[in-house]
Parts: sequence; C-alpha cells; structure tokens
Amino acid sequence: MKKQKLVVVGNGMAGIRAVEELLKLAPDLYDITVFGSEPHPNYNRILLSPVLAGEMTIQDIILNPLQWYADHDITLYTGKTITKIDRVKRTVSTSDGFEETYDRLLLATGSTPFIPPIPGKDLPGVISYRDIRDTDEMISAASDYQHAVVIGGGLLGLEAANGLALRGMNVTVVHLAPWLMERQLDRVAAGMLQKSLEAKGLNFLLEKSTEALIRGEAGRVSAIRFKDGLEIPADLVVVAAGIRPNTTLAESAKLYCNKGIVVNDTMQTYDPRIYAVGECVAHRGIAYGLVAPLFEQAKVCANHLANFGIARYTGSVTSTKLKVTGIDLFSAGNFMGGEGTDEIVLNDPSGGVYKKLVLKNDTLVGAVLYGDTADGAWYFQMVREAKNVNEIRDHLMFGQSAVGDVGHAGESKAASLPDTAEVCGCNGVCKGTIVKAIKSQGLFTLDEVRKHTKASSSCGSCTGLVEQILASTVGGAYTPAQSKDKAVCGCTDHSHGTVRAAIRERHFLTIAQVMKEMEWKTPNGCASCRPALNYYLISTWPGEAKDDPQSRFINERAHANIQKDGTYSVVPRMWGGLTTPAELRAIADVAEKYQVPTVKMTGGARVDLLGIKKDDLPKVWADLGQAGMVSGHAYGKSIRTVKTCVGAEHCRFGTQKSMSMGVQLEEMLFGMWSPHKVKLAVSGCPRNCAEAGIKDVGVIGVDSGYEIYVAGNGGIKTEVAQFLCKVKTDEEVKEYSGAFLQLYREEGFYLERTCHYVERVGLDHVKAAVLGDAGKRRELYERLLFALQDYEDPWTEAVAKPAVRREYQTIVLKEVSGVTA
Amino acid sequence: MSAWNRVCALDEIAPLGSRVVASHHGDIAIFRTDRDTVFALHDKCPHKGGPLSQGIVHGDTVTCPLHGWKLGLADGQAVAPDKGCSKPFAVKIDGGEVWLRLD
Repeated sequence: MKKQKLVVVGNGMAGIRAVEELLKLAPDLYDITVFGSEPHPNYNRILLSPVLAGEMTIQDIILNPLQWYADHDITLYTGKTITKIDRVKRTVSTSDGFEETYDRLLLATGSTPFIPPIPGKDLPGVISYRDIRDTDEMISAASDYQHAVVIGGGLLGLEAANGLALRGMNVTVVHLAPWLMERQLDRVAAGMLQKSLEAKGLNFLLEKSTEALIRGEAGRVSAIRFKDGLEIPADLVVVAAGIRPNTTLAESAKLYCNKGIVVNDTMQTYDPRIYAVGECVAHRGIAYGLVAPLFEQAKVCANHLANFGIARYTGSVTSTKLKVTGIDLFSAGNFMGGEGTDEIVLNDPSGGVYKKLVLKNDTLVGAVLYGDTADGAWYFQMVREAKNVNEIRDHLMFGQSAVGDVGHAGESKAASLPDTAEVCGCNGVCKGTIVKAIKSQGLFTLDEVRKHTKASSSCGSCTGLVEQILASTVGGAYTPAQSKDKAVCGCTDHSHGTVRAAIRERHFLTIAQVMKEMEWKTPNGCASCRPALNYYLISTWPGEAKDDPQSRFINERAHANIQKDGTYSVVPRMWGGLTTPAELRAIADVAEKYQVPTVKMTGGARVDLLGIKKDDLPKVWADLGQAGMVSGHAYGKSIRTVKTCVGAEHCRFGTQKSMSMGVQLEEMLFGMWSPHKVKLAVSGCPRNCAEAGIKDVGVIGVDSGYEIYVAGNGGIKTEVAQFLCKVKTDEEVKEYSGAFLQLYREEGFYLERTCHYVERVGLDHVKAAVLGDAGKRRELYERLLFALQDYEDPWTEAVAKPAVRREYQTIVLKEVSGVTA
Repeated sequence: MSAWNRVCALDEIAPLGSRVVASHHGDIAIFRTDRDTVFALHDKCPHKGGPLSQGIVHGDTVTCPLHGWKLGLADGQAVAPDKGCSKPFAVKIDGGEVWLRLD
C-alpha cells in the first residue's frame, strides 16, 4: 500500500516533537515532509539565552541534526516558507511556486514577536528576540556597541538583558508595568528579582512608555525617548514585548482562527485533514508560549496522526523558571490570589527568600518561590492535581523536603551551586555534568537525565535537586513527573494504581495474563515491571496467584543479599533480636566452616555473615537450620526485623515487655512480602531506645498500654513516624499494626515505603481504614494472617528440594579439547 | 575452532532464568528466554563486574543485578545510553540439551 503523505509546516520544537512522537507510535505510516523558514534543522529555542550569554554555541543547541531527518526518511526543506494552502487540492506552496501535496497537514508555525507601533521600530539596530538570527545580531552588536535597551521586562526580555550584560553591554530594561514579570511574579518577588539583577549590573526603568526610537547619524538607532521626555542612548534595541500566535498562513487558507489556530482536544483544526500544535494554536481559548504544554500537545496530536485515536489534550497549568544563572525563581498557577483565596507567605528579604502559596477551598492554586525553589516541583504537582491539602496545610510552607537529608552536602539551592558541586552522592555526578548533558543531549525529563547521567538513579535522595537543575536549565520546558499517573515503566502506559486495580477487579492471576490483557508493549516486561506485577499478584490473590521466582530481584530469588563482588550475605532470623548461646555457636561454626570473611551486626541488630559464595548458600542454611534458625529476610521487599529494647523484663524504666511484644510481632509477620522493606521497633518506654520513631511501625510502651506510630523512615529522608493510635493489650498491638501493614500491602505501589504511601494517601485515609471501623480493621488483619498462614521458610525449601537447589549450583564444564568439523 | 561442550538439559534452566558455567574463560552465564532460545555471555557486567547470570531476563535482554545496566543477550552490548560489552559465546540447543562452544 502506498504510504500517506504528511506535510509539516514548521520545523521547530512543537512540530518536530509531534513527528518524533508519531515515529514512536507508527514509524511507517507516512511519507513525511517538513518545511522550515529558518535555514537550520530543529534547535532548542529555549537555549538561545545561554547562547546569547556565551555559555553555549548554536551547535550545542541543535536538537535534531540533518542526519536525524535522513535516518527517518524525512524530506526536510529549510529556508522555505509556505505561503499558501489549497485545501481543495490538498497542496501547500511557497511564494516561489514550489508545491507539495498532502493527505494530512500539520501546522506548527509558532509565533511572531509583537512589535508595538513605535516610531522608529524599523530602524537598523531594532530587533526582536526569537531565533538564531536575532541572537547572532545581538552578539555582533555587543562587540560593536555599548548601549542596549530591552523593551519588555518579561521572561524573554530579562534573559536577553542578562545575556547582553554578560557580553559587556550597558543594558537598560524598560517595562510598562509597575514590576517585572508581572504575568509570572507578584510585586514582592519581582522586587527581589530586580535587586539581584541590579546587582548583576542591569538598569531598570519601570512604568515607562516609549514614545519614539531616535535615528542616529549613521542611520542606525541611537536613542530611545519616553513619553515623560526622558531620553537615553541606545545602539541596540531589543523588543521583547510579547509574542502573537503566527496564524497568517492558516488565516489565508480560511481556517478558523481566534487568538490562534483553533483546535479541539485532539489538536485537529476545523479542517479534519489539518492538525496544529505549538504556539500558533488556540486551545479552549488559550495560546501557550512555554514548551511543556506544546510537548503535551505534540504527544496527543501524534496519537491521532497515528490513527490511535485515544489521547486528549485538556489544557495545561504552566510554571515558570527564569534561566538566569544564580537566580532561583519559580512560579505556577494563580499566584496573585484574589477573591476567595488565602495566602501563606514567608518573607525574608535579607535572607533572599520569599515564598507565597495561594490556596482556594483547601487546594493549592498557585505559588511563587524566590531564593529557594527546592519544592517548586512538589507545589506544581499539587496545583496540577488539585489535591486537597487540608491535612498538611499547617506545614505546607515548609515543603516536602523533596531533597533527601544526605548525599549532597545539605545543599538545596540548585541555581547557586557551582558546577563542581557533587549533586548525586551515589554515582558521583556533579552539577556541571548534569547541566552539560541536559544541554548537549537535549534532555527534558527527569528520566532522561537519570538515564544519561545516572544522577538520582540510585537512592533518589537528590531527585529534588536534579529536578531543580533541570528546571533552571530548560526553564518552561520542564514538566515534573506526575507520580500518581506515571507509567509503571516503558513497557506500558498504565500507572501502578491502574494495574493494581485491574488485578483486583479482573481477578488476574498471572503476569502473562496481566501483560496480555493490559496490552504490555514488551513480550515479557522488564526488571522494573515484572517484580512489581509479581508482588501485586501474590499480595492481591494469596493462595491463588503463584509466585514467579524469575520475576523477583536476585536477592528474593536466592534468599540472600547480593554483594558487589557477586557473593552473598546471610542473616539468620533472631526473633525480636533475642538469641541463645546455641544459636551463636552455630553461627560461629558456620562462619569458620565456610570461611566467612566478615561478620558484623546489621542496622536492624542481627548478625550478618558477608562474603558467602552462592554455591555454599544451601549448605550454610542447612547447618544453621540444624540449630533451628530460619531466613532473616534481610534481603527482600518484606518484613525485615523488629528491633526491641530490653523493656520491662529487665530495664528499671521499662513499662511494657518490649522484647516479648517484638517477638510476637516478628513471628506474626514472618514471610510477609510488601511493596518495599518494612521495619518495626518496640520500645518499652518513651525513652525509646529501640528508635521506634523512625520505623514503618513503631510501638512505644507507656504505663497504660502502647502507642502505635506509623510511616517513619530512617533512610534517605529521615521521616518521623506519625501517631496512629493508643491501645491497651498485646493482641491489640498485633491487630492494629497488622491492619495498617495489610492496608499498605494492598494499596502501596511497588517500591513505595510506608512514609511515601502515607504521604500519597493521607494519614486520615489510613486512620479511617484502621481506626474508623472495627469490622474493617478486623478484616484487614485477617487477610494479613490468611496471606501469611502457609509461608514456608525458603531456606528449608532450598535445602530440601533439588529443583530449587539447582539455582545455586555452578555447572562445571567437562571441556572437550580438540577440533570439530 | 573449538568443540561444542554439553552444558545441561534445557529443562535444567528455568524459562527466563539462567545458569552459571565455570570454564577456563571464567564464569559464563547461560540464559534461557521465554521462547526457549539460549544465549551465553561472559558472566561479568562491563559496568562494575556484576554477575549477569543473577539478573532478570526479559525479551532478549538481561538487567544486571548490581546497578541495572541492560545488556543484549545476543551480542552482549549495553543498551544505550550506556556503553560497554560483555563477551558473547556460541551456544545451541540440540536434542533438548544445551551446548556451548568456547572460542
């Protein structure tokens, strides 16, 4: 069959992104032809500011080199402007008579700078700031002239001004409004911004209206005169007074336009064969000028061009970052407030920090951050998801502590970091490396940065910092990932929540069934989705779904903890941390017999035997099993340990028998698989020697009973556990904490610790389920006990069953020498 | 050209699983896909030497258990943007048995 013809008018970021998305979905559907007015392949327009500032070159910001077009059989015409569409004959043509036919047409004509009708606007030396040509002109003006005036104190104007100043010009920014960036900032934040920019040498004239641009003797602009009579020298005037959707071509073809080319939610114009994306478009009355919405549009458009027909674009909430090195600034949503809104404000002028959160009916509707933007992505996500923040209202201002506590020297302000600062302590990635990768590889998402630099790909502690670096490097193009709807992995578009719900509602029992019914894109998933699916299946349908060892990470498959040299560590279970001389003797014997190089106590206060060869594992277990010891699960997404203090059994301060309580809990939870590891602690009094305040479930004995705390974490991000309830008896401790853990097991997403789970669903939800209804709590608790009832110690199993034992055996080859035919 | 060496019965490798073979080249990982094809790679990730045999097999790829690098089973090449290679060995199934050639 002959391919259909797709013609793209506009070789910019939106149009080419749509083509890229289309190629991912349907690489062979169309013969694609692209027309671009500029003589360049698609480049990253957002990075013109760093080019102007001398931090990058044009070559650095090319997103799709000519070879890319060739590799995908795309016919590219640069320097050719389409001036006419014949919708009846289905052709586009240029003014010099070049013609091309189409079956489907994609308009991505972008925007044009708005030039106010000022006398002198056509003089040499008066330019706008839109493309490579403008940038080149500014760079050359900076070497020949001294005085620059930028008309417009918006995002683009300030970046231009900053760049020109860095190139040594004396720059004045003229702005009509009473403060800078009035569409993105409130007055206070704008004032702080102005001060920082003044410190960088920029001059500002606010509330100034331009009367005329004055022609100098050489014919070039020489000065600017304002309506109040003031006149200042100007050898270069950059007009950055806003942009207008470029609808000239669409209008000439009689396509319906209103503030832009009008499209529906599928990005289709009023002519069904013609689609439009990008800055030229008006969707539900809004024309977007930032890149993130354009990318969303491109994705939807590609879905329809590929005849998938299922995506809808429903509009975007935008956020803003100013790309001026050293200035941390963020705004999103309705940051000005007004009728029916509340504002929470933190203002520290000498500290250089200002934060304003705007709330309406218990949802966050906007935010302005200046000086400390660490939580920008978090706030932005809440604005977009219209999440109810009633529960966290009192500490909303203090942020999410999006940045972990350790691994990056306590830094939380990305913009002020030097390039040499280590951002990712796990993988040793510096800020400069990240910025360089973002710029040179054209990265726009956190996932891409992780893949290319490895930053924040291990423990994730520095994620917030990497997001900030990304945001400050690509500005408006950055879209924080939406955790709620984020796909499980590249094998599917479904989120964890959707997959969990489908497994429950449709009673899926095998991984193959989930992948088939939910249309997985890969034959058998990947190392990210398979363990998640396996967990969801066995936790949702205990006794029915069969565990799949090949879908478990090696630790859970081998029931030991893999070490960097490929050996394993073995941690025998010691219930509640109690042991006996006989057990210790057995451990000592094993350590000697198998020449265990390292013996140490784990963080959970158990004995760790490190450096055991995989082949020896079953033998080690058999020996330990002789002494009555079983697997300590120190390797799994499972119950780890219940740490205890001495408690009332011996301690003179103890109020409750914490050792016995700990043993009961650990025995109850033996063999419990969970979304992530689960650690408990029981302390016998509020002195809390067992450190129950940073555990997934922490139990603290008081004279009148026990207090139960949940969702604590002592890891990357130290999280203090939150008070759940107070109970009287040991049996109640088991029931309440068991019910909480079962709720987490049923609702948690794979690799989500209890602290993240509770943050996502809210403590009120947990309280309603566990405390609100005794019947429900009982059911949760019973489901937990049911799931755990038949659990077999994996060590015993591995020792007893030859088929399982095989996993541990190395095959020794009887090597045949000699030559075969 | 060296000879084919019998490794084990195909049944002794789980589908989407692997076994380790000790040889004079060092450890070699033999992988079995869900389509019952087999592949052999030097059991050492080019990144930090992780034992690939302990990774999760998916499609014609294995993910290293240490830091999640993905390597193609057929050619041992790391999946972009990572760069590196683990040496592949010739392996075949004949009469339900797995055979390996050590070149």
